[in-house]
Amino acid sequence: MEELLDILKSLHADVDFEKEEHLIDNMILDSFDIVTLIAEINDVFDVTITAGNIKPENFNSAKALYALIQKLEDED
Amino acid sequence: MFFTSYEFLGFITVLFILYYVIPGKYQWMLLLLASYFFYFVAGADYLIYILATTVTTWFAGCRIEQNVDRQRAWLKEHKSELSAEEKKEYKNRQKSIRVRWVLACLLINIGILAVTKYTNFFIANVNGILGAFGQPEKLSPVTLVLPLGISYYTFQSIGYLIDVYRGTTEAEKNPFKFALFVSFFPQLIQGPISRFGDLSQSLYERHPFKGRIVCCGLQRMLWGYFKKMVIADRILAAVSTIIGDPGTYHGAYALAGMLLYTIELYADFTGGIDITIGIAEVMGITVQENFHRPYFSKSLKEYWRRWHISMCSWFRDYVFYPVSVCKPMQEFSRFSRKHFGEVVGRRLPVYVSSFVVWSATGIWHGASWNFIVWGIANFVVLMVSEELEPLYGRFHERFSVDGRLSYKIFQVGRTFLLICCLNLFDCYTKVSDTFRMFGSILTASNWKVLWDGSLLSLGMSGLDYGIVAAGCGLMLLVSLWQREGSVRGMIARQPYGMRAAVWCGLFLLIVLMGSYGIGYDASQFIYNRF
Repeated sequence: MEELLDILKSLHADVDFEKEEHLIDNMILDSFDIVTLIAEINDVFDVTITAGNIKPENFNSAKALYALIQKLEDED
Repeated sequence: MFFTSYEFLGFITVLFILYYVIPGKYQWMLLLLASYFFYFVAGADYLIYILATTVTTWFAGCRIEQNVDRQRAWLKEHKSELSAEEKKEYKNRQKSIRVRWVLACLLINIGILAVTKYTNFFIANVNGILGAFGQPEKLSPVTLVLPLGISYYTFQSIGYLIDVYRGTTEAEKNPFKFALFVSFFPQLIQGPISRFGDLSQSLYERHPFKGRIVCCGLQRMLWGYFKKMVIADRILAAVSTIIGDPGTYHGAYALAGMLLYTIELYADFTGGIDITIGIAEVMGITVQENFHRPYFSKSLKEYWRRWHISMCSWFRDYVFYPVSVCKPMQEFSRFSRKHFGEVVGRRLPVYVSSFVVWSATGIWHGASWNFIVWGIANFVVLMVSEELEPLYGRFHERFSVDGRLSYKIFQVGRTFLLICCLNLFDCYTKVSDTFRMFGSILTASNWKVLWDGSLLSLGMSGLDYGIVAAGCGLMLLVSLWQREGSVRGMIARQPYGMRAAVWCGLFLLIVLMGSYGIGYDASQFIYNRF
């Protein structure tokens, strides 16, 4: 989780990613951020996030995103 | 049969009556018949194209879902016998079958769209290249039917297919119900490009007559007709005169044309979508909103989140994301970070994907270079804004302007002007004319035409300008009210006499000031041609 928070912080240092639960709904993360984020996550966690995984419910919070990463790791 | 024709009004009147007279379980069937009738009247030749898209997409969707079901059942049956590696291998094999169905269906449908819409554009470009190399032999353009609404229903069908592939929506088993989703007539001409998950339930379920809902739908339609007939169609004459003769109408005329076109585009497109949503609402069907007060945007990026929302989200979900996260792009991302450093390496893949999306958006709008350049111009402005973001941040901090009303108004005005400039590519079919007119605005010396009465010779009288100005004032007022909630809801809370006066007044305005008369032939909606 710490690694994920570091990646998120590098995109928006001013956001409290541990508490924020509406990253997409409140437009904190835009499509550019999401694509950058996916490239970093794929590298750091060695998973493959596909376009089909890009849903608000997977990206609205660091917790949800971490759950997606864990799910993809399990599938691998 | 345009939305603004008498035939169309007769058609929807009969449809609305029949819709609520027949038993609820037959309502969707009536809508399917009505949609195909509407399409048949527009051109019997078109039917084969929409049928081809419907049948291929429906069939591919069903096959994909059958494959998923089979995979699930097989894995359940052989759960104990398989190792994790074998399971993964089997899953990959099945996935490649599903991918093949998607690709085959995309090939057919994008192929139909490409052939019907872009063949002559391709021939014209080949001829241009041949001419540049001194080759006298030229290819002849071909006569092809461009089916009504093909860009919209093709994109809607592709969206459905990809959603089924991704597992975000279930495949529709009934081919007739699916045919209704593809051909639903109110949104066939100019969208919105609905998602199956959003529209289907509302489209197929029974809708008992509810006076309040019917009334709301009719009110929405009335507002749409006001914008289209009183404002957009009135401006059309002046805009056509200006852009039709760039040799005569340049400088201040081009500036006036640019501003008028931006107003016309808004009134025409949002008016058309109001009519679409209103017709659906009368029948109890919910169609997604396509605009969110776009001219109140404070940046171009925000504008594209608020204008033609369904198209933008379509390109984001089905082009931008898949291109951005595909394997080659991820490789490119690693490569660029390694060779160009973290900052450039992060941005480069996003910019490449954005370029692809904006070029595709441009060419989707029309088979012409001016649309492609329009798309690329949007891309350039968006990327430059993105790069300047930190600079803006420092400026806002230094001068403490963020949040100030005066600065917000400045940002809205600046964005509106930027949109007007970009729309210039949409106005002139020749890219060289656009640049020439843009240059002529910057170096104009004929400013006096704006007040010496010259604008009255463009096909709009003083009264027309007055009506357009009042109409714009009303649209602005309604947009401001919308920030507080539904305007129809606010009106509904007024005493009966007031409500009646508002809606009867709007109806009378359309009757008295609508741009029509004997032999009236309403202009098409601008977005029909896309």
